[in-house]
Order: sequence, then C-alpha cells, then structure tokens
Amino acid sequence: MGYTAKRRLNSTVIHVFLILGAIAMLIPFVWMVLTAFKTKSQAISVDPFYIFPAGKWHFENFSEVWNSYNFMTLYANTLIVMVLRVVCAVLTATMAGYAFGRLEFPGKGILFSIVLIQMMVPSQIFIIPQYLMISKAHLLNTKFALVFPGIVTAFGTYLFKQSFQSLPKELEEAAEIDGCTVWQRFAFIMMPLTRSAIVSLGIFTALFAYKDMMWPMIVANKPAATTLSAALAKLQGQFGSNYPQIMAGALMAILPMLILYLIFQKQFIEGIASSGTKL
Amino acid sequence: MNQKKKRMFSTTRQKKVAQTAYLMVAPTIIGLLILNFYPIIQTFWLSFCKTGDFGLNNTFIGLKNYVDLFKDPEIPQALINTFRYAAVQVTVSIALSLVLAVLVNRKMKGVTIYRTIYFLPMICAPAAIAMVWRWMFNQDFGILNKMFGTNISWTTDPKIAWLCVAVVGIWSSLGYNMVLLLGGLQDIPKDYYEAAEIDGATGINAFFHITIPLLSPTLFFIIQTGIIGALQLFDLPYMIIDESSRAVRSVKSVTYLFYQHSFEKGQRGYGSAIVIFMMVVISIITYFIQKTEKKWVHYN
Repeated sequence: MGYTAKRRLNSTVIHVFLILGAIAMLIPFVWMVLTAFKTKSQAISVDPFYIFPAGKWHFENFSEVWNSYNFMTLYANTLIVMVLRVVCAVLTATMAGYAFGRLEFPGKGILFSIVLIQMMVPSQIFIIPQYLMISKAHLLNTKFALVFPGIVTAFGTYLFKQSFQSLPKELEEAAEIDGCTVWQRFAFIMMPLTRSAIVSLGIFTALFAYKDMMWPMIVANKPAATTLSAALAKLQGQFGSNYPQIMAGALMAILPMLILYLIFQKQFIEGIASSGTKL
Repeated sequence: MNQKKKRMFSTTRQKKVAQTAYLMVAPTIIGLLILNFYPIIQTFWLSFCKTGDFGLNNTFIGLKNYVDLFKDPEIPQALINTFRYAAVQVTVSIALSLVLAVLVNRKMKGVTIYRTIYFLPMICAPAAIAMVWRWMFNQDFGILNKMFGTNISWTTDPKIAWLCVAVVGIWSSLGYNMVLLLGGLQDIPKDYYEAAEIDGATGINAFFHITIPLLSPTLFFIIQTGIIGALQLFDLPYMIIDESSRAVRSVKSVTYLFYQHSFEKGQRGYGSAIVIFMMVVISIITYFIQKTEKKWVHYN
C-alpha cells in the first residue's frame, strides 16, 4: 500500500471514530428535542422504532410548561443575575488585579493571601454563613440574594493579576512621564489591553451563574424568584413522569445559551479553556 | 531590610500610588472578607454548635458533631461513593479525551465542528443534562433499554446507578478536557517528533516518550482540577437518582449529605462539621497529588 493511500485510510478511520463519538455526544440533545414534541403516550410507546413524533409535532408541552413555570420570569431572573455578576466581577477584579499585578504598596502580600485562601478551600464552606446573612437581612427570594456570592471574585482577581503582569513595563512608563495618574493609566492604557481576559472572565462568570443550582435552590424557594437551573429541579419534581413536558422545560432552559454558544463558540471555548478552572 | 522597606514607600509619590492601590483592592478585599473569610470562621464555629429550632439559638456542644460524624454510617458510604465516582470519572474522561485530542491534532477537515460538538455539554445547565439522561435511563420507556433490547434498572439498581452518574459526568467533561489537552499538544514543537523519527521512534513509542512527558503539565492540571471538582459532586446524583429510590444510598456524595443536613433537615451545625471534614479530606488528597508532581511532571 502506498504512503498516500495508507494515510487516506488512516484519516477515514479517524473520521469514522470521531463521528461515532460526536453522535454519542448529540444523542441526548436529539432525544430531548424529539421527546419534547411528543404526547405523553407517544413518549412511552413500547415500539423501539418510534423515534419521531407521529402525525403532528406537539407544541403544547412548551406552552404548558411555559405558563405553569412562568418561563419569562425565569429567563429575566437568570439574565439579570448573569449580567450583574459579570459587571461586578469584571469591575472589582480588573481594579484589584491591576493593583496586585503592577503597583507596590505595604501589606500587598497579606492582602493577596486572602485572595488565595478563597481559591483553595471548597466553596461549600461559605454557603451556610452566606445563607444566614441573606436570611437575617430578610433578603431571601430577591435578586440581590441570587447575585450576592458573586459580587467579588478571587479567581478573577488572580486571573487579572497574571494578565496585567504579563504586559510590558514600557507602556506605563511612557504614560507616567506624560503625567497620567494611576487611574488614567489603568482605565485608558492597561485595561483595554486585557480584553481577552475580560472576555474569559465574563463568559466564565455568566456560565457559572447560569449553571449553578445549589445556591438559587437555597435562597429562592419561590418559583418567581429563582433561576432556570434551580427551577428545573422543581419542574422535575412537579411533572414527575410527564417526560415530554420535562424535556420541553429542559430544552427551553438550554436553548438561549445554546444559540449564543453556536454563534460565539470560539470565544466560549477559548474563554473557558484559558480561565483554567472547573465550572 | 526594614529600613530599606520604609524608604521604598516614603516618597509622597509612592504614598499616593499606595493610596490608589488600596482604593483599587478595597472592594475585592472587603467583599472577600465578608463573603468568604468570615464564613470560613463561622462555619468552623458552627461545626461545634447544635442548631436550634428555625436555625436560631446555636448552643455550643464541643466536639459532639464530629463524634456523631465518625459514628454516622452515611459518612463512610458517602466517602466511598464520592471516591469511586471521582476515580472512574476522572480516569475514563481523561483517557478518552486524550485519545480524542491526539486524533484531532492534525491537519484535517472538521476539527472545529468536532470541537464544538464535544464541548457542547459544558455550556448546558447540569440540571437539564441530568434530566435528559434520567429519561434515557428510564427502565420501562428509556431509549437505552429500547435500543439495546434490555430491561436494566439503570438508575434504581444500587450496583449500576453510581456508574450511570459517572457516565453522565464523563460525557459532560470530555470536551473540556479535550480542548485543554489539544492546547497542550499544539504547544509541542514538531521537530521533536522529526528528531525521534530519525532515531526510529514513531507511533506508540513516540507517544509515550515525547507526547506524554511534554503534555504532563497539562495532564497534571486537569487531573488535579478534575479530582477536586469530582469530590464536590452534587447536581448529577441529586437530579438523576430519585430520592425515594433504593439506589440513592449508593450515589449520595459528601456534598449531597452536606446539602441535606444543612438545608433540608435544618441541622446546620452537623452540616458545617461535614463540610469542614470534606475540606480536610480534599486538602489531604491535594497534598498527595502535589507530591506526585515531581515524579512525573516535566516543566520546561
């Protein structure tokens, strides 16, 4: 067998393998969509080849779940929490990261160790006291409660410290000679140069807020005050074995993020991969 | 040394810079003190307390929560559940994603499409993922039993249920690990392989003598973060396995127990003891992982 023929065979084998893997990755999503459009009796049909919804596709599962769970509110809550957390995280972390990465001040080491400690302990250790603060302040079931643990970010601060440190010194020295203040140097010269880190932290923070289930379950027990992730946990309890409606709910919960991902997949993947922590 | 330090911060310009620096770190530091630093101390304190009705009136009971913890048969079971999940999920996921990354790391069409598909679970709510898998695992009507023509009780048989949770965990993390490993592979200079080829090392040989050592920092990173992440497992068993099922005993993780005691049963003192215990376990494991680092991880 010639070299090119062997190579072509090799690459066919590789593609077959990768395509089989991709199918395995997609089956749950496909099954979610197909189930969501069936009636309950169609979904539990014993016929193994009953894959597509027969006759017409049933949209009523969506409207039923939409109405009984008030998905409009869930979308709005989730979006608000995501936006507020991203804004808070980026604002506080860029400032702190810049100071830790590029300025000299007494006590820097001790203050930075507070950042490191937060990163080293498992996050469950904060949850009871955070819940007690929210509960004592009578802030359960509010947007503030949902945003609360994400107002500042140790991980983001670390990320920006690294990011600012990697920029060349000369950039700032020139600005300093021109008489720029520290704030001006930070806001107009250095911060724009960390754009990729801002995108990373933004995507990471937004995804974390969207995926997190335990915290909203704890501080928001009213369906109108919670996020998509936490509402799904309740939905499963309420709709029990009505799988088409459960799948309709799950599909509605992932669809907006899915669309964003398909448009910005490069930024998503690079943002999450470069932020280097597990979601 | 001390004098030198004093001099460093003595000029007015430097004082001004320091002032600005304090302003800049203030929101983060104050936030971390309130949201994280104080809670660590409070959780530690609560772990020595008994929680009264409605979560009020904590009374100091010394080490009783910890004594109870070591007598509680649910704790060793939760440790076993968490460890075996971590072991299977991390090993299989990394092995598979390494194969995927090596296969994708070449000039060929469709790399972006594969990457996009494999990465897909990372951007989905774990609750939604758990729900669709639970439906697929359904014994009577699920697609898995239909496809294979079997009648396996995937999520209700204690012997199988934890593996099902692990499968979902593996499926969810493949793409993430693959992307990180692919990044590591692309950093390996091509001439290493060319040089090895002249010496007669190709294929499997080159993989173990060039790829693995040069990839070891990335591998080490995903093993470490993977294990720590897996030890904090909660969403998947909570959503996939029914609480009334007999299989729930075999999937309840340490975090699951923590959640139940703290927020379903209102025993925050005992919940705090569990989370402190968990932190100690994670620290010990992290320590041993770090110790292995020198033995097999090569940094340039």
